[in-house]
Amino acid sequence: MIGVLASIIDGVLVGAVYGLAAMGLTLIWGVMRVINLTHGAIIVFGMFALYFFVSTLGLPAYAAVPFSLVFGFGFGVALYWIAAHRVIDRPILMSLLATFSMNMVLIGIGTALFSTSPYNVPVSLPGLRWQAYTFTGTHIVAAVIAVAIAGLLYLLLYRTRIGKAIRAVAGNRDAAELCGIPTTQVLSFAFGLGIALAFVSGTLIATLFPFTVLSGQAYQVKSFVVTVLGGLGNPAGALLGGITLGLIEGAATPFMPVSWIPIVEFVLFVIALLAFPRGIFSFSRS
Amino acid sequence: MIWRRPFPWLIALATALFVLLPLWRGSVQLRESLLLAAVYITLASNLNLMIGYAGYVNFGNIVFFGLGGYFCVYLVNDWNWNLVLSALAAGIIVSALAFLFGLGILRLRGAFFALATIGVNEAIKQFVTNFEPWGGATGIYLSLEAYAPLGGPRQALWIVYFMLVAVMALSLVASYAIKNSKLGLGLLAIGENEDAAAILGVPTPRYKAIVYSVSAFLPAVAGGLYFFKSGIIEPGGAFDLTLSIEAIVMVMLGGHGTIMGPAIGALLYEEMRGTLLTIPTFSHFQLVIAGLLLLVIVLFAPGGLMGFIHRHWPASRKFFE
Repeated sequence: MIGVLASIIDGVLVGAVYGLAAMGLTLIWGVMRVINLTHGAIIVFGMFALYFFVSTLGLPAYAAVPFSLVFGFGFGVALYWIAAHRVIDRPILMSLLATFSMNMVLIGIGTALFSTSPYNVPVSLPGLRWQAYTFTGTHIVAAVIAVAIAGLLYLLLYRTRIGKAIRAVAGNRDAAELCGIPTTQVLSFAFGLGIALAFVSGTLIATLFPFTVLSGQAYQVKSFVVTVLGGLGNPAGALLGGITLGLIEGAATPFMPVSWIPIVEFVLFVIALLAFPRGIFSFSRS
Repeated sequence: MIWRRPFPWLIALATALFVLLPLWRGSVQLRESLLLAAVYITLASNLNLMIGYAGYVNFGNIVFFGLGGYFCVYLVNDWNWNLVLSALAAGIIVSALAFLFGLGILRLRGAFFALATIGVNEAIKQFVTNFEPWGGATGIYLSLEAYAPLGGPRQALWIVYFMLVAVMALSLVASYAIKNSKLGLGLLAIGENEDAAAILGVPTPRYKAIVYSVSAFLPAVAGGLYFFKSGIIEPGGAFDLTLSIEAIVMVMLGGHGTIMGPAIGALLYEEMRGTLLTIPTFSHFQLVIAGLLLLVIVLFAPGGLMGFIHRHWPASRKFFE
């Protein structure tokens, strides 16, 4: 029984990182109604940023986190102008295809550079011992960083001018434009922010698990599940959704082989989509 | 009369070329490349029913192909059914599954549906990987005896090729028939504006489930024939998301919503892919090039090749539908 509890706690720690990744996805959807299908590829690039920092430059692993935020932001702004800008007001089909085509390009480049063999970045931290169980240090630190970044995002969105502008554009772009907000710049800023979150969550995931160029797909599906659980377009819900997913994964792991987890996630995804289209945490149904 | 219109003749001509060209040249290499083209055309045409007509992006369209392959190979291998029967049974089973499933997930609109289809592919791939009767991760290998009823492997390959060409022709005919039917009009209306269509009396949930199921049938049959020909089926090859995406590129390249477009797109893409794979520098960048191609089409020519032709020569609409 205690083993299950330990597994659940560990799941929640990892879930906070999933939540961080999903916040990037949900932010972009909330502001510009674009489902960012480059999400998985961005997470993978975040993972390789860690690999680059630790294995090539020999720097400490967590030094990669601020770098990832900054680099991911720049990357995201560039990506906005390449793939998202022209499709924002077009049918959803077009934005899905445009971001997906960028996903193919990025994965293709990644495959050519790193091949598809697995990589592992060893990060050693002392763990926390509790009875017979040890909580891995990396899991705790990753969860703490994820929650801290989520807090920073909250401050940015609700306590700064640019955050107010982002929320205004998300609410009604035309009205925001009429109020003198340069909406195109705000959109590119929000897109950059979303990509930065995905990128840094990739960096954090890479401190926890081994990865390949193709891992992005699995984490992208997780992010979708999380966003749907938390309600699309709701960053706070995404963090809670991530923790919920981690909790469910943690609770399921002792009882079934790991390879069945994606099927459980998918079933959950469909149920959540059909039964709670606005997310399980949206209390206000206005 | 349907035979007065040029389009059915074009389908007949294309099919005849597919049948006669490799026979005339006696070339196995040509047959293999046309076989791949026939599979691509089947996938692209049926995907077009969803993307082009109803405006629903199905990222997991390859799941039909892979599942059809699994059912067919399983029936041939473990139950010793004959090939035609197995392929048809695979088509019917997959189609029925798609219908049931479609009733559920087609309640989702636009982006949500697209997300769900990615999930469907991944979940079914994981399920099959864990499913022992289908060989789990190693898959099913056909023994040579499976080819005996068709007169040995060499002859079997030709027979399978002709069957695949027939499936391809049926796909084009189905695209044509659906576009000119009440169902097709309803789907096009859904593609334009689903709420308006529903208000005007189009039974949208049923039509969507029907087209989802119809677009599953022929790819499943083609999958059955294709994996029978390969002699091996395993989860990675059967549920290859890349092929799913390539099918979308084909549809967009040729022009979604048209009948010939996806077929032409598939042919062009097959040629391009073949060329790129043989140039060493590009063989690693196949995905990158397909992605860039898709991006350029989406951003600058959303109508694809057919859209371009129709815009510049409006008279061509009569001949190339």
